[in-house]
Amino acid sequence: MRRFALIAVPYLWLLALFLVPFLIVMKISLSDIALAIPPYTPKLDLTGGWDAVTSFFKALDFENFEFLTSDDLYWKAYLSSFKIALISTVLALLIGYPIAYSMARAAPEWRPTLLMLVILPFWTSFLIRVYAWMGILSNEGLLNQFLLWTGLISEPLTILNTNTAVYIGIVYTYLPFMILPIYSTLEKMDDSLLEAAEDLGCSRTSAFWLITVPLSKTGIIAGCFLVFIPTLGEFVIPSLLGGSQTLMIGKVLWEEFFNNRDWPVASAVAIILLLILIIPIILFQRNEQKQREMEG
Amino acid sequence: MAQEPLFEPWNDPSEKPLIQFKNVTKRFGDFIAIDDLTQDIYEKEFFALLGPSGCGKTTMMRMLGGFETPTSGTISIAGQDMNNVPPNKRAVNMMFQSYALFPHLSIYENIAFGLRRTDMAKDAIDARVNEMLKLTRLEKFAQRKPHQISGGQRQRVALARSLAKAPKLLLLDEPLGALDKKLRQDTQFELMDIQEKTGTTFVIVTHDQEEAMTVASRVAVMDEGRIIQVATPDAIYEAPNSTYVADFIGDVNLIKGTAELRVSSKPAEQTTPETLEAPADPFVDDTPRPQPNKLGEWLHDKVLSPIIGERDEPIKRLPPPSAAELTATPEVTSDIPEGGIALNWSDQHPAIIVSNGDEAQDGKALTFAIRPEKLNIAKDKPDAANALQGTVIDIAYLGNVSTYHVELKGGQMIKAQMANARRLAKRDITWEDTVWVSFTDTAGVLLER
Ligand SMILES: Nc1ncnc2c1ncn2[C@@H]1O[C@H](COP(=O)(O)OP(=O)(O)OP(=O)(O)O)[C@@H](O)[C@H]1O
Ligand SMILES: [Mg+2]
Repeated sequence: MRRFALIAVPYLWLLALFLVPFLIVMKISLSDIALAIPPYTPKLDLTGGWDAVTSFFKALDFENFEFLTSDDLYWKAYLSSFKIALISTVLALLIGYPIAYSMARAAPEWRPTLLMLVILPFWTSFLIRVYAWMGILSNEGLLNQFLLWTGLISEPLTILNTNTAVYIGIVYTYLPFMILPIYSTLEKMDDSLLEAAEDLGCSRTSAFWLITVPLSKTGIIAGCFLVFIPTLGEFVIPSLLGGSQTLMIGKVLWEEFFNNRDWPVASAVAIILLLILIIPIILFQRNEQKQREMEG
Repeated sequence: MAQEPLFEPWNDPSEKPLIQFKNVTKRFGDFIAIDDLTQDIYEKEFFALLGPSGCGKTTMMRMLGGFETPTSGTISIAGQDMNNVPPNKRAVNMMFQSYALFPHLSIYENIAFGLRRTDMAKDAIDARVNEMLKLTRLEKFAQRKPHQISGGQRQRVALARSLAKAPKLLLLDEPLGALDKKLRQDTQFELMDIQEKTGTTFVIVTHDQEEAMTVASRVAVMDEGRIIQVATPDAIYEAPNSTYVADFIGDVNLIKGTAELRVSSKPAEQTTPETLEAPADPFVDDTPRPQPNKLGEWLHDKVLSPIIGERDEPIKRLPPPSAAELTATPEVTSDIPEGGIALNWSDQHPAIIVSNGDEAQDGKALTFAIRPEKLNIAKDKPDAANALQGTVIDIAYLGNVSTYHVELKGGQMIKAQMANARRLAKRDITWEDTVWVSFTDTAGVLLER
């Protein structure tokens, strides 16, 4: 009985915080837009008895999903989000791996400090940090002032409100999510493995590619998903740092919801996004499990 | 077996050592892991390092493998100074104490790893790996990952991986510790076989002295970063140079006392001719020393004695034991030759007669060391050079032998080991019996430190 209770806790958690909201959003996505509060129909009226419930279900349809396919804005936004998430993930990996590697190689007494420095940005609100980037990247911002001062440029660079600013923002924000899992796999790695590889005739470089990289594979995969998954639906960074040409599904969702007040279409967009994300989430879970098996 | 040509390159001045440690010191911060170590190791040797945990065995191996550089001194392999040669440029393979198997590669790929770094052909690699798998009896596990096999199997993979490249020098850091006795013995013989076939030089760390005795051409006993004694297994067992070595290798009884020249009828004449005889041998230098040159002794025993007869002076160090001597229970005789040392150690017992004791040790405080199996115990006083009376305190039955713990009068404890020729019920010595512990005048050695 206690065992059952223990297992039930996470499932109840999942039910309350994931499944119920999902079903609500799903229901809205199948409704029609209406000038009302809330702005959709039909509404489930349980006082009306069985007839009310059946007529409610009859009123639901997939119109909104069909609408998403009719307007190419949506699939372009999905595609563009996908591209931005992918490029950001690769950039974060290229920057994060060397950082994680040097952290893992640092003297053991330094490692907690370095780890702290990686986590430190989380102590400030994410929004404030994104606003800070606006201050840095704008035409009169710190970066341009600095570059003008060094004489490298004579005209201020336009970075803010471009895709470049979006990439900078995303990579900056999600870098710790890349560094931490990679660091944790690298730190666990036994140095004598590299010695053994060298002993068997590897150079330092080939030992890195043949031993270190494969052994940090689970960390790399975990880091990539942890960056890719939230970036795909990212809304704040593209709307604050991006320009009008920055097309991301998170932004579209926001506009449908708040500007157009079209809750059903916004919900449909969200459902599709979720379905797209299920694949990488499952792959991520697989990876985690594999790593646990390797260690067990 | 007995008449094989002797393999003793360390006694041959023309032989060049494969490995030379010259005044090597290794410090970790303030800690001295290896202390001014000078040692030669010869080609085709099976050199065993023995010593307590933390004495620097692994450090010595790691310096040979190129993973640590000496703080001072030089290590050369085949005459080449190795101090700046990285591990991958050395014809040396090491089996790590922690195995260091690559967790992401199968057993097969682990063993093939070193071969794939060479320009060996694919099918040649495959053949070699299969040979190694067969040798270590791992064929069934070839496709598994290291975390899917047992500890002993992992150890065998590590061994196979280090053997695969057939290096000139193989460093094995406790290669067989996790194996059961049967498999360990098989692998020991396998190693000796490999060594015979390939001529590989082995340096092996072991905690198991039986293993060192079985496989090694020479054994080095280490303590706190120094080598205390290097000798063949039998010499290190029969003629340890210190109580430390005697105590570390096997069981030993230690009795402290003061040496006294034995009262003999003609001591002066007996010793004079022997010192005159020595310079006649070209291999013996004539600087005065307390003990005869080992090489001279060896030459005399092995080469000259059939022609000119046995040495007539007392032997000062024990010769390696013959097979008969090793198996037979020590024979007790009252036929005590002249000379040697008597060790006064207790007022309740007669002095211990050590006829192979060095007369130059007269008056010194010495320790008498004797192996338990060299002792005989009996209820009646035997007719022996040395007989000490005591009480049986404890008997440990070990199957083939029994160890008797005897407390001598005055409190000294003595361990005596006797073969269990008779069934347990038939033996006549039991607890609390008063017994005589006896041994010959040449059964033990006198040690200065
Ligand atoms: N990297 C290091 N830093 C500091 N001290 C070290 C280091 N490596 C070894 N030592 C110390 O040097 C000494 C010798 O270590 P070593 O590993 O050679 O011992 P060992 O003889 O192989 O022992 P064991 O039989 O337990 O394997 C030990 O006291 C150890 O603590
Ligand atoms: Mg060790």
